[in-house]
Amino acid sequence: MAKTLYEKLWDSHVVRELADGTCLIYIDRHLVHEVTSPQAFAGLRARGRRLWRADANLAVADHNVPTKDRALGISDPTSRLQIETLDRNCREFHVPLFAMDDVRQGIVHVMGPEQGATLPGMTIVCGDSHTSTHGAFGALAYGIGTSEVEQVMATQCLLQKRSRTMRVRLEGTLRSGVGAKDMALAVIGRLGTAGGTGYAIEFAGSAVRALSMEGRMTLCNMAIEAGARAGLVGVDDTTIAYLAGRPFAPSGALWDRAVADWRGYVSDAEAPFDREWDMSVDDLAPQVTFGTSPEMVVPIEGRVPDPAAEKDPARRDALAAALDYMDLRPGTAMTDVPVDVVFIGSCTNARIEDLRAAARVVDGRRVAPGVRRALVVPGSGLVKRAAEAEGLDRVFIAAGFEWREPGCSMCLAMNADRLESGERCASTSNRNFEGRQGQGGRTHLVSPQMAAAAAIAGHFVDVRRQS
Amino acid sequence: MQRFEKETGLVVPLDRLNVDTDAIIPKQFLKAVGRTGFGANLFDNWRYLDPGEPGQEVPRRPNPDFVLNKPRYRGASILLARGNFGCGSSREHAPWALLEYGIRAIVAPSFADIFYNNSLKNGLLPVVLPEAVVDRLFQAVEAEAGYSLTIDLRAQRVFANGEDIGGFAIDPFRKECLLNGLDDIGWTLAHEADIREYEVRRRREAPWLFAPEEARS
Ligand code: SF4
Repeated sequence: MAKTLYEKLWDSHVVRELADGTCLIYIDRHLVHEVTSPQAFAGLRARGRRLWRADANLAVADHNVPTKDRALGISDPTSRLQIETLDRNCREFHVPLFAMDDVRQGIVHVMGPEQGATLPGMTIVCGDSHTSTHGAFGALAYGIGTSEVEQVMATQCLLQKRSRTMRVRLEGTLRSGVGAKDMALAVIGRLGTAGGTGYAIEFAGSAVRALSMEGRMTLCNMAIEAGARAGLVGVDDTTIAYLAGRPFAPSGALWDRAVADWRGYVSDAEAPFDREWDMSVDDLAPQVTFGTSPEMVVPIEGRVPDPAAEKDPARRDALAAALDYMDLRPGTAMTDVPVDVVFIGSCTNARIEDLRAAARVVDGRRVAPGVRRALVVPGSGLVKRAAEAEGLDRVFIAAGFEWREPGCSMCLAMNADRLESGERCASTSNRNFEGRQGQGGRTHLVSPQMAAAAAIAGHFVDVRRQS
Repeated sequence: MQRFEKETGLVVPLDRLNVDTDAIIPKQFLKAVGRTGFGANLFDNWRYLDPGEPGQEVPRRPNPDFVLNKPRYRGASILLARGNFGCGSSREHAPWALLEYGIRAIVAPSFADIFYNNSLKNGLLPVVLPEAVVDRLFQAVEAEAGYSLTIDLRAQRVFANGEDIGGFAIDPFRKECLLNGLDDIGWTLAHEADIREYEVRRRREAPWLFAPEEARS
C-alpha cells in the first residue's frame, strides 16, 4: 500500500499499539537543553531510575547562555544555576554534553543537524517546540513537554497518537531576495496559526526541492507556528550530500547501507494525504509580520490591515489588541515602519547560509543612525567559526553590527539580550508574541536579508529594491 | 499525577484568541530547576502592573483590569478560553502554573497540540466544546456572577446548574490515566520486553542508529 513519508516514519517506530490507537513509539534521538530538563532529571533521581539508553541523548545549553564576555561566566545567578544543573545532571546520568566553552555548542536545533545527530528515518524529540526543524531531513521530529522528556530518558519511548497528514506543495521559482523564511511566513499567513493543529505537514514541490538543507530547516522550523507538531521534507540528494562526513553520521560500509535505506524516506506517489494544498512562489514577495501572532503577516509592499474590515468579532478584537500592542495604525505602509533594534539569529535563521545572505546585503554599508542595536548571533560555535573564516564577521562589524557568541539570545530573551519596553525589532526569529523578546518589546518577523536591509535603511524596506 | 474525575467550580473567562505559553508563564520564570512556584506568576505580564522577575521580593501591584484579579472570579477552578489556547512553546511550566493557581480544567473551542498533551500528563483537563457553545458560555459567565460548571470526566459531559451543556471527546487511554492518576512511565516500563524486542530488530535493520558513542567521535 502506498504510504506517506509520515506513515513510513510512524509505522517503523511503533513498539506496541493499544486498542484506541494510542501507540508506544520508539525514540531514536533525544536532544536535551537546560530549560526543560532539570525537572525530568529530578524525577528520575527521585524514583531511582536510570537512562534507558544514554547514548541516544545529546545535551547542550543554549537558551540561557550569555552571548558576550563568556570568559567571565554567567552573571545572572538563576541562569547560572540552571546551566550548572545541566552539567551536573549530564555527568551523573552519562549524557553526552557540549559544554559552553565547546566549539560545537550552539542552539540545539542548529547543533543536532550540524553534528549529523539528526538522520533520516529517525524519531527525534526535544523539550522544545521548534524540534520540528529536524523534519527537514526526512525524520519525524517534534517538541515534547518535561513529563515526556523524563519518559524518553527512562524508557526511550512515548505514548502518542498518529497525526493526520497534510501536504503543502510549493511550486515555482523564488525571485532573488526572497527565501525560505518568506515561504514559511506566507504559508502561516494562509493556513493560520492553528491551521496545522493535529497534522504533520510535509513540504513538497519544486520550490522545496530547490532549497538547501538550511532553507528546508527554516521551513520546518516554522511548521509549529502553523500549529503542526511536525514538518517534513522527503530525502533527496541534497539531504544525503549534507550529511556526508558529519561526526555522528555513519561512515564506511554502514554509510552506504544507511543511504540506501534513507532514500526510501519519501512519500509514495499514490499515497493519500488527509489534506493538500498548493501555493505558487513565483510572485512571492518578502514577508513582514505586523502583529503579535506569526499569522499576522503581509508582503513588504503591504499595509497594516484595518481591524474594522474583519468580520469575525474574536478575530477583530485580536487584531485590534495586536495593533495596539505593536503601536501601529491601520493603513500604515510597512516600509514606513521604523526599527530600533535588529536581531539576526535563532534556530530559524542563524545558519551559515543565513549569515551569508545577510552579509551580502550589509557589505560596504552602515547601520542607520536611528538603529540603537544590531546583533548577529550565530547558531553555533561552528557556524561562527565558518563565518569568520569567510570574513563575514568583519563585514558585520564594519557596518556597525555586534558579533556575538552562539545561543538563543534575543529570540526569547532569557539571557541579557532583550528589547526594552516599546522598542521595535526586525527579527529573524520565529515568534512575535507579546513580550517574547523582552517585556513591552515589539517584534516583526522577517528573513535575514530583510533584517539586514532594515538595519541599513532604519525602517522596513524591500530588499529587492535596496541595491 | 493528580487524579481527575469530576470538577465543579467557578468559571473565569479569558476572552482572547491564541493565548500563548509565553503569556501563560513568561520565560524569565523558566529558569527555575524545580516544579513548583509558578502559580504566583501565571499570566504575569497581564496580572501585574509592574514587571516581574524571578525571586522578586518587592510586593507587586495587581492589574485591576485583568480578569483573574476581579473579586468575582476569585477561587475559580475552570478557565473558559478561546481558540488555539496554549500555542507556542512546549514548556510544561504552563500547565504547572495553571494547576498551582488552582485551575483544574480549561474549556475552549481548540487547544494547541503540545499544550493539550502536557495538560493531560499533569491532571489538568482540557475540554474541547464547539465554538457556538463556548460563545454562549462566555455570555452566561458575563451575565451571572458566581457562574460555575461541573465537568464529569467519566461521563465526558459538562453541566451548568444541572443542565447538560454538551459532551466532549478524550482518548480512552488518556481518560483511564486521568481517572486513576497513572503516569506514562510506569505504564511503559511494564512493557519493557516489547521495547527490548523492538531494539533487537532495529539494531539489525538500522545498526547506524545504535553505533556506539565512542566509535563516533
Ligand atoms: S532560538 Fe528561539 S525558538 Fe529556537 S530553540 Fe532557542 S529560544 Fe527556541
